Amino acid sequence: MSSLLDFEKPIAELEGKVKELRHLADSSDSGLDEDIAKLETRAAKMLAQTYAKLTPWQKAQVARHPDRPHFKDYAAALVPDFQPLAGDRSFADDAAIQAGLGRFRGRSILLIGHERGSDTEERVRHNFGMARPEGYRKAIRLMRLAERFGLPVVTLVDTMGAHPGIDAEERGQAEAIARSIECCLDLAVPVVSIIVGEGGSGGAIALAVADRVLMLEHSIYSVISPEGCAAILWRSAEKAADAAEALRFTAQDLREYRLIDEIIPEPVGGAHRARDVTIDAVGDAIERHLADLEGVPGLDLRLLRREKFLAMGRPAAA
Amino acid sequence: MNWLSSYVRPKIRALVGQSRPDLPENLWDQCASCERMIFHRDLEANGRVCPHCGYHMRVGPEFRFRALFDEGSWQRVEAPRVAADPLKFRDLKRYSDRLKEAQNRTKAFDALEAAAGTVDGLPTVIAVMNFDFMTGTMGTALGEAFITAARHAVETRSAFLVVTASGGARMQEGALSLMQMARTTIAVQEIKEAGLPYIVLLTDPTTGGVTASFAMLGDIHLAEPAAMIGFAGPRVIEQTIREKLPNGFQRAEYLKEHGIVDLVVPRHEMRATLARLLGLLLRPKLESPPAAEVTSGPEVATEDEMANVDAGQ
Ligand SMILES: [Zn+2]
Repeated sequence: MSSLLDFEKPIAELEGKVKELRHLADSSDSGLDEDIAKLETRAAKMLAQTYAKLTPWQKAQVARHPDRPHFKDYAAALVPDFQPLAGDRSFADDAAIQAGLGRFRGRSILLIGHERGSDTEERVRHNFGMARPEGYRKAIRLMRLAERFGLPVVTLVDTMGAHPGIDAEERGQAEAIARSIECCLDLAVPVVSIIVGEGGSGGAIALAVADRVLMLEHSIYSVISPEGCAAILWRSAEKAADAAEALRFTAQDLREYRLIDEIIPEPVGGAHRARDVTIDAVGDAIERHLADLEGVPGLDLRLLRREKFLAMGRPAAA
Repeated sequence: MNWLSSYVRPKIRALVGQSRPDLPENLWDQCASCERMIFHRDLEANGRVCPHCGYHMRVGPEFRFRALFDEGSWQRVEAPRVAADPLKFRDLKRYSDRLKEAQNRTKAFDALEAAAGTVDGLPTVIAVMNFDFMTGTMGTALGEAFITAARHAVETRSAFLVVTASGGARMQEGALSLMQMARTTIAVQEIKEAGLPYIVLLTDPTTGGVTASFAMLGDIHLAEPAAMIGFAGPRVIEQTIREKLPNGFQRAEYLKEHGIVDLVVPRHEMRATLARLLGLLLRPKLESPPAAEVTSGPEVATEDEMANVDAGQ
């Protein structure tokens, strides 16, 4: 793992020392084992402590960590026979949103999600996970397909937001997002959404109106990026940490406000330190919720989904 | 009408204010677009459309109710009071203070006001966003007001018209404001499932999460001339693509050209257009042919009507 966040540096330093000592110990049977063990414990403790009390701004960094598992990692691990499908049938295929059919632990499902890409070339190809109208329209087309065959829909949300551009506006970015929300609300099959990294504004909720909305422990879900919010309300992008604090966008905040159903714990030190463990945890959560929603009649699903969103922000039933 | 020139200066001017301080108040207004002076009463009589250049100035809910409903036919639909400032949000200012200030200035609870009445005799609920209330942004209160208005339309078997004007989601309510995109969409679905028309009138400006939810789900999309309508703000787009934006970008006429808006309708034709559309949708068969079509003459409130309405509603 190559990318280090600022607040991770002291931990990395300690871990580096452990490595060095171990190297020495290996070559010179010098009785360093006890020191190494001590240092190791200290590094582990430091990591756990740091991640136990990440600030919202630090969480934003972790949520956007380039080494965090992305859509293609989840698809490869959870849906081994994943069959991507392409195109909105009227304009293009948008690589920022990936979608396809496949078998997840025995169940045939539709898996949709934003793909941010993992290196420069990929990031450009996937437009950093910022979708254009054709991406949302592809999602709508395939959600309707899944509905026809009674397949549950699973979405993985990870985007800074919908693409801001002349082309996107010309082709009705706003309409595409609105229709995607409408479609999610209308589906007569189970829908489970997981915010796996950054849930950025309208581009995120377009794929996150679901029977169950889950968030990874260090993911964020916000109406605007902390940088954007700071630029507007504080008139300085440098106040991003303040904006991050005020926006209440962490998984813990959203759970507190009852806007999401569950938080999926991440391994100590974040998803990027133990990708397989994270992907398995996400898979287990999906499996549990799909099992739970199985057999609920389609019309009931739709009604319950709407009631769930209508109840948001209202005082608990009096 | 020269809409091409009508969006060049308004942005800056709108910030400065409608009238200059050195002019006697309420006597003269200056057009934010062509900068010519307009006698205040003439401007009001013309529906706050500049008689020189056709620039459509922003107007609030009360104006729309008077201009669109049959005279004396409407009453307000009260919105539920929801908890203000759920996040205890504070930037350079407290959100609760910003709210109070906007409430005091507009005498309204939040940025969407609704009323029920008739348009050319057809029962209609009209919900209007007020850009003057925290730039018409959508938070929990607005979402709740929208849902209440839509459900009132369903209960009274009325058509539902929403007049949009919004800077998007209300940041100060965080993800709660984002959720309003889904919540308002549910209200739209209820209208459609009840078989009632849902008409959207897009006015200047309509952006962000409002455009990307209920504002783009209309059975019919009307827009006022030169209204700025889009998802991303022009500045964000410019910064992202580092290109100059084309002329007329994100204006009503541009959206029509790109198939996103059905009709660009000047304000003085709005009531007649709405009446015609609602009539066609809701009176599919006439017993006897009408004596005359609803005229498309100036339908905005005249001075006399303006004087009357205070006593009305
Ligand atoms: Zn003018």
